Amino acid sequence: MDSLMLDGNAIAGLLQEVFVVEMTSAIGTCDSCGASEPIGAVRVFRGAGVVLRCPHCGDVLAKIVRREEQACVDLSGFRALEGASRAGLHGRADR
Amino acid sequence: MEGAALLGRLSWQLADVVDAIAETARVKTLALDVPGWQGHRTGQHVDVRLTAEDGYQVERSYSIASPPNGTTIELTVERLDDGEVSPYLTDELRAGDRLELRGPVGGYFVWEPALGGPVLLVGGGSGIVPLMAMIRERARAGVDVDMRLLFSSRSWDGVIYRDELERLSGNGLTIVHTLTRSQPSGWTGYARRVDREMLAEIGPAAGTSPHVYVCGPTPFVEAVATALVDLGHEPRHIKTERFGPTGG
Amino acid sequence: MSFVSRGFHGRRRSDADASRIPPGQYVTPDFPVLSAGPTPHRPLEQWDFSIGGEVDEERAWTWDAFRALPSEEIKVDIHCVTKWSKLDTVWRGVSVDTLLEGVETSAEHVIQYSDGGYTTNVPLEDVTGGKAWVVYEYDGEPLEPEHGGPARMLVPHLYFWKSAKWVRGLRLRAEDEPGFWEVNGYNNYGDPWKEQRYWGD
Repeated sequence: MDSLMLDGNAIAGLLQEVFVVEMTSAIGTCDSCGASEPIGAVRVFRGAGVVLRCPHCGDVLAKIVRREEQACVDLSGFRALEGASRAGLHGRADR
Repeated sequence: MEGAALLGRLSWQLADVVDAIAETARVKTLALDVPGWQGHRTGQHVDVRLTAEDGYQVERSYSIASPPNGTTIELTVERLDDGEVSPYLTDELRAGDRLELRGPVGGYFVWEPALGGPVLLVGGGSGIVPLMAMIRERARAGVDVDMRLLFSSRSWDGVIYRDELERLSGNGLTIVHTLTRSQPSGWTGYARRVDREMLAEIGPAAGTSPHVYVCGPTPFVEAVATALVDLGHEPRHIKTERFGPTGG
Repeated sequence: MSFVSRGFHGRRRSDADASRIPPGQYVTPDFPVLSAGPTPHRPLEQWDFSIGGEVDEERAWTWDAFRALPSEEIKVDIHCVTKWSKLDTVWRGVSVDTLLEGVETSAEHVIQYSDGGYTTNVPLEDVTGGKAWVVYEYDGEPLEPEHGGPARMLVPHLYFWKSAKWVRGLRLRAEDEPGFWEVNGYNNYGDPWKEQRYWGD
């Protein structure tokens, strides 16, 4: 247990900014150990960039680095990522 | 208000500060008018961004305390003495100011009446905020879903929303407090940190498959989630929202 | 950027000598804790520090042997790519020059590697000649785990992600090998004075 650790829900805004759709209910499968969890339940660490880690084995699921108009995203720690839906979104379209 | 789900990049927008209400000595609720707000689900949050004159920016996330209500949302903020953002929000911001935010975000930590119950809410300190939105939504919708709140605070004077919780309790809503640091004279309630025994006494039993929401500082959430799993609750029915140390 | 939050200043210090602050940075009185993963807790009796890779002979020190090496106090400014700078930080540790004394190598690149799997790459010439240390004290006290203890790298002329926390060794290589953040958008070199934060900067 690490007091620095957050849930995927804490970066819901960042994820939606990057992926456009609400991601925290999407289900990710860890490529290291095969466990599946909603993104809202994965572990989030803030270093120089954001790191998502599997809550079961601790391995890296994804890395996100934001710069002004772009994000650099590595999802290679996921074996699968599915179910991102519009259902959780009550936001505004960009104007 | 349920609207059609819209796709689109989340964008920063300016909200108008309508009111700032003291909840406790260290906690304030900000009432905001957000032009074009199309509603939200209780449990969701907004990201808030502050910009200084020299361009320096900080961002923090705050849970929405209110159920959907036109373009008005409420955020409840606890002042952390060494925080960078919370003292500005509780001490400086006033009606007439504007606040940059984006949202609502977070579809994972959400409850709505259609999900039904039973529901167990476990909150530590300012972790009560998203849970209060759920409690208020339940009242607004007029449903009698079995909902139980176990709320850990340091002292009676520090209990956020204390009077409103008392008013709302009953009709299927059970409120249980535990005061961990000091108790008023004559207190017969819990006076210790949330533990497995306390959770077992409050229920609902794991066998009833309740929806469980736990929110508060990371160590609190960890301890409570572990105890709930020990009691037989399914990990996938336990939704957690940890406030990390950057939440100042 | 047009909107300004009335009355917001943050906790920056505005009294610092501007020539000490790289472009785009803000001075903080705090010491923010950032991490790519959970804090490792390696007992000292299981800790060692290694120099390996393309060297004539690999070296390793146990904690006691490491602490017996000549050390020095270092006072430097540090700059994090997330825009905070902290001035006059004081450390104690062993110069990388000391660790590489007598090592023969044709390598030009170094990978720092840590407990927890973090890596970062630097040119060999950027950690020699008095530019880098393995430090185990901060501000006169043993380095706390959340700040990289028992020991971390200190390479203050580059952005601070180039100073690996919980460092366990240096691997010298003929080829460059981008590390944890360098493969994901952060600049391969990371000079704060040229504001080399990201790829292409």
